[in-house]
Amino acid sequence: MKVIYDGSADSRTFKEFLSTDIPKLLDENPDYIYLDADLMSCIGTAKYGKAHPDRAINCGIAEANMVGIACGLSAAGFKPICHTFGPFASRRCYDQVFLSGAYAHNSITMIGSDPGVTAAMNGGTHMPFEDVALYRAIPGATIVDPADTAQLAAIFQDLVDREGVKYLRVNRKSNDRVYADGEKFEIGKGVVLREGADVTIIASGFMVGRAIKAADLLKKQGIDATVIDMFTIKPLDEELVLKYAEKTGAVVTVENHNAIGGLYSAVADVLAAKCPTRMARVAVEDEFGEVGPVDYLAERFGLTTEHIVEAAESVVVRE
Amino acid sequence: MNNQEKKDLRIFAAQIRIALLEELKARGFGHVGGSLSICDLLAVLYGKVMNYKPEDPKWADRDKVVSSKGHAGPALYATLALKGFFPMDELKTLNRPGTNLPSHCDKNKTIGIDCTTGSLGQGTSQAVGMALGDKLKGRPSRTFLIVGDGEIDEGQCWEAAMFTAAKKVNNLVWIVDDNKRQLDGPTAEILPTFDLRAKFEAFGFDAVRVPGNDVEALYEALTKTPEDKPIAIIMDNVKGSGVKAVEDTPANHSMTVNAETWDSYIAAVKADLETIEKEVV
Ligand SMILES: Cc1ncc(C[n+]2csc(CCOP(=O)(O)OP(=O)(O)O)c2C)c(N)n1
Repeated sequence: MKVIYDGSADSRTFKEFLSTDIPKLLDENPDYIYLDADLMSCIGTAKYGKAHPDRAINCGIAEANMVGIACGLSAAGFKPICHTFGPFASRRCYDQVFLSGAYAHNSITMIGSDPGVTAAMNGGTHMPFEDVALYRAIPGATIVDPADTAQLAAIFQDLVDREGVKYLRVNRKSNDRVYADGEKFEIGKGVVLREGADVTIIASGFMVGRAIKAADLLKKQGIDATVIDMFTIKPLDEELVLKYAEKTGAVVTVENHNAIGGLYSAVADVLAAKCPTRMARVAVEDEFGEVGPVDYLAERFGLTTEHIVEAAESVVVRE
Repeated sequence: MNNQEKKDLRIFAAQIRIALLEELKARGFGHVGGSLSICDLLAVLYGKVMNYKPEDPKWADRDKVVSSKGHAGPALYATLALKGFFPMDELKTLNRPGTNLPSHCDKNKTIGIDCTTGSLGQGTSQAVGMALGDKLKGRPSRTFLIVGDGEIDEGQCWEAAMFTAAKKVNNLVWIVDDNKRQLDGPTAEILPTFDLRAKFEAFGFDAVRVPGNDVEALYEALTKTPEDKPIAIIMDNVKGSGVKAVEDTPANHSMTVNAETWDSYIAAVKADLETIEKEVV
C-alpha cells in the first residue's frame, strides 16, 4: 500500500469526485439511478441532473420520501444512490432507511455529506455526530468513512453494488491526502498505515491524516504507534483490531463523531468481548455541534492532532 | 392603514435589509436570497402587528414567530437588533466562533428567537404545538409561522397543516414564502408546488395570496380575525427581493461575494430608502 501522506490536502475534493463519478456510473449502467433532495448543487451534480432528469432525480426537500422511493426502485431492480447532508441522510429518514430499506431487504446507497465538524458554517443543526451510531444499529448495514478520494474512488462502485443499506459519510471539501491513486481497498478491511509496537491508533475519514501526524509526533517522544485506517466502520475488521490490540496492548480510537455509538464503541465492543485492552478515545464527548470554521470546531470538540497525542500517551504502558 | 403608517413600514423594511446586508457583509457570505424575501413581512410583523416586549423577550403572552426556514435567521436577527432585543453590534458576530447568532435559528442562543429550526419542515409542527399550548393556557398570543416554498416539499409541513385546520389552531397563521426558488433552482423545476392557495384551502384553511412586498396587503392579511378556519397567507415573492442584483442572480440561495459587492447592495437599498423617506404622504 502506497501511503503518500505529507500533511497536504487531497488534490481533489470529495465534491469533485462525486460530481464526476456519480454521472460516470449512471452513464455506464442504466440500473444505477441517483436521487437527491435539493442538494445537487452542493455536490456538483446539478448540471448532470438538469440534462438527465430521469437518471438523476431531484426529489425536492423530502428526504424520507426520497428514501422510500429509492427502496421502491431497488425492489424494481435498480441500484439507487441517494444524497443529502449527513443529518438528513441519517436522522431525517431513519425509519424509512431501517424498514423500507434494510428490513425489507432493499438495497440503497445513502451519501451523507459534511459529517461532524465538516458541517462547519451550517452549524449545530447540520452537524451529525450520531450518524454512524444510527447506521450501526441497523442490522446488516455497511458504513464507509473514507480517508481521501483515492480511497473512495477505489471502492465507490463496490459500495453501490453491495447488497443492503450502505451509508457513505463524506466531507464535501478535501481531507488530508493519504493514498496514491490506483491503490486497491476492500470494504470491511482496515488498512495499516504505520507499524509500531507501543500503541494502536484506529482512525477513520477526516481524522486519518491527523492520526498519522500524531504517530509521527509520538515517534519523536519514543512512542511507536501503529496507525490503522478503519474506513469501514461496519462491518468492522475485527481480526485486525484483535491482532493489533494483542500486539500493542493499548488502543486509541479517533473519530469525527460522538464517542457513543461510533468507532470507539465499535472497537470497544470487540475488545471488551474478546481481548480487554487499555483504550482511550478522541471523539466528541456527547455534545451537540455548533457553528464555526472547521479548525475552530476541531479544537472545540477535542479532535486535533494534539488530542490524539495526549490520548496515546495516556494509554501507553511505559516500562 | 394610513399612508404615514404604510410609509413607516416600508422604511422599516429597508432598514432591516440594510442591517441584514451589513450583517452578511461582516462574515462575507450567507443565506441572502431567502432572508431578503421575508424583510417586508418582518417589518409588518414587528413594526405593527405583533405584541412583544424587547425588554422582556420571554413574556408569555407575547406573539411568537417561527421561521421554519431556519436559514433566514439573519433577517430575524437584523429585525430583533433594530427593535432593541440585543445591540446592533452583535450582528457582526454572525457565524463567528462562540456567536449567539448561528446560521440557523436557535432559541437557546438568540434573545427573541422563539423556536429552534434549521432542519426544514420541523418548525411547522413546533409552531402548531406552541400555538396550541398558548390556546390551552388561555393566552391571547398568536404565532406566525414562516415556511419556504421549497421547504413545503417536506411531508411534515402537510401533517402540521392538516392538524392546524382539523384541530382549529386558529391562533396560528401560516405564511408561505412563495419566492419561486429553492436551493437547486426554480421550485417549478425541482418539485412544483402547483396551486398552494388551493392546496391550503383543501386542507381547511382560509387561504389568500398576497404580494410579498406589499406591506399594506400583508398587514390586512395578518390582522384578519380568523372565523372558523385558520389563515394561510401565500406570499407571492421573489427570492432576493429588494435588491435587484441579488434577485437577478439565479443561484442566490447562499452567496459569497466581496465587500464592494455587499456595499453595492447596501447602497442600492439606501437609495430606495431615501426615495421612500422623501415621499409626501
Ligand atoms: C430537512 C432539510 N433538508 C435540506 C436542507 C438544506 N437546505 C437548506 S435551505 C434549502 C432550500 C430551501 O428552499 P426554500 O424553502 O424555498 O427557502 P428559500 O428559497 O426561501 O430560501 C435546503 C435544501 C435543510 N436545511 N433541511
